[in-house]
Amino acid sequence: MKKKRNLKYRIGMILTGITVLFVLLGFVWTPCDPETMDKGAKLAGVSLSHLMGCDQFGRDIFSRVLKGSGTTLLVALGTVSFGTFFGVLIGAFTGYFGGIVDEIFMRVNDVLFAFPSILLGLMFISLLGSGKYNVIIALGIAFIPSFARIVRSEFIRCKNMDYVQSARLAGARDLRIIFLHILPNTTTVLVSSIMIGFNNAVLAEAGMSYLGIGVQPPDASLGRMLSEAQTYLFSSPGYAIFPGLALILMVLGFSLLSEGLKED
Amino acid sequence: MLDVIDLNLEFHDHLVPETVVYDFDLHMDPGQIVGLVGESGSGKSMTALAIAGLLSRHDMQKRGQILFEGTDILTCRRSELRDLQGDDIAVIFQEPMTCLNPVYRIGRQVEEALRIHRRELSKEQIRQRALQMLREVELEDAEQIYRAYPHQLSGGMRQRVMIAAAMICDPKLLIADEPTTALDVTVQAQIIKLLKKINAEKNTAILFISHDLSLVRQLCQRVVVMQGGRIVESGTVEEIYERPCQAYTQKLIAAIPRCEKRRVG
Repeated sequence: MKKKRNLKYRIGMILTGITVLFVLLGFVWTPCDPETMDKGAKLAGVSLSHLMGCDQFGRDIFSRVLKGSGTTLLVALGTVSFGTFFGVLIGAFTGYFGGIVDEIFMRVNDVLFAFPSILLGLMFISLLGSGKYNVIIALGIAFIPSFARIVRSEFIRCKNMDYVQSARLAGARDLRIIFLHILPNTTTVLVSSIMIGFNNAVLAEAGMSYLGIGVQPPDASLGRMLSEAQTYLFSSPGYAIFPGLALILMVLGFSLLSEGLKED
Repeated sequence: MLDVIDLNLEFHDHLVPETVVYDFDLHMDPGQIVGLVGESGSGKSMTALAIAGLLSRHDMQKRGQILFEGTDILTCRRSELRDLQGDDIAVIFQEPMTCLNPVYRIGRQVEEALRIHRRELSKEQIRQRALQMLREVELEDAEQIYRAYPHQLSGGMRQRVMIAAAMICDPKLLIADEPTTALDVTVQAQIIKLLKKINAEKNTAILFISHDLSLVRQLCQRVVVMQGGRIVESGTVEEIYERPCQAYTQKLIAAIPRCEKRRVG
C-alpha cells in the first residue's frame, strides 16, 4: 500500500533532487574549467557563454557553483557521518550502562555544548590546519555532543522497556541488546536530527570557508565564493547571488524534507 | 530442580534500605506448576525477577540462594546466567503490548532465543521451528503472523507470541508473571488452557504469578501465598482452598467473586 506523502516532503524531495542532480553533474561535467582564469572576462556579467557571469579572476561562476556545491555537500555529508557515528557510539554506551562513565562523559558534553559548533570547529581547525578533510574532522568533532545527547536520552528511554527485558531474558548480550534491540528504535529521532545536523553542517562549512579557514583555494566552495563576492557586491551582484541561491536551495530542500519526514 | 533458600531482597537506592522480600523459600520439581499469589506489592514479582536473574547487580543487596539445577543464580557469572536465560529459564510478562520490539517482525522475535542459544542451526531450521512454535500456541495462519509486526496483532495474540518465543528453546522452567492480567476474561481462559497444554506436553515447570486466585486454582498444583514480602502460607491447592489456615489466605479466598443464586425473601 502506498501512502501519499505530505506537501513539505514532496517539495523537499524535489529541491534536494535538483541539488543532488547538479552536484552529480558538477563531478562529471562543467561548462568551463572552474579553475581556468580569463583576464578578459573579469567580473563579466551574465551571458550565454558564462551563464552566471565570471568572478574577479575571470573564472566561470556557473562551473564554480557546480563544483562548489559538490564540495559543500561532501563536507556536510562527511561531517554528519563522522558526528553521527561517534555520537551514536558514545550516546549508546553511556545511556545504556549509566554510572560514573556516563556522568563524566555527559559533563564533558555539557562543557562542549556550551560553545557554538562553529567556535569548536575553529578551535579544532587551528589544531589540525585548514583544508577540506580537516574541516570534516573539526566540524564532525564539534557535532558529536549533540548527537550523543540525543541518542543517550533515547537509550535511557528504551533500556527499561519490556522488550529489552525480554531480549535480556532470551540470553542476549549487552552488545546485541544495544545494537539489535535498542538502536533500531531510535531511528525516528535520529533521522530527523541527522537532517537538521546536515543543514547546520552546510551552513557551518560555508561559514568557515567564509572566514577563510575552511576549504582552501583553488578548491571552490559556496562559502568561499560568498566571502570573495562580498568585495564586489555592488559592482557585480550576480557573483554573490548565484552561490547564495545554490546554498539556499540546498538547505531549504533538506529542511523541508526533514520536516516532511517528521510529519509522516 | 529449582530451590530458593532464605531469599532476602533489599533495595539500597534510597537513603533508608528497604526490604521487599523476607526469608523466601521455594522448591519446585520438574513439570510442577506452582502458583505464587498475593496482593500488589507483596513481593511476588520481585521474587520472580530474582529467579529469572533479571535484578540489577548494584543498588541491591541479595541474601540467600537461588539454585537452579545446582547453579546459584544470584552469584554465578554473567555468561553462565546468559546461558540459562532463554534456554532453560524463560519468562512471560504481564504486558503483551510492550514486550515485543515494535521494529521487528514477529518471526524474528520468536526466533531470538534460538538464534542466541542454537548457533549451529541453519536459517531455514530456525524458521521452521518458529513457525512450528507459532502453530503450537494455537495461532491460526502462522505464516502470516510470522511476517506481521507487533502492532498488527491483538493483545491475546501477542501473549501467545510471547509464549511461543519463551518456549522455543524448550525451557525447563517458565516463569509467568501475571500473564493474563492485561487480557480479557475469555482470552485469559484460553491462555490458561494453553499453559496447561504446554505443561502436559513438554513437562515444563511453570511458576505462575497472579493475584487472581480462581485462575491459580484452575492451573496450579501447589500454591504459595505472599503478603508484605513474606510467605504467609503454602501447600497444595486443596489444602489452601479448602482449609486455609491463615486469616489472610481466608480473606483472599473470600474475595474471589462467585456466582450464587441469590435467595429472594
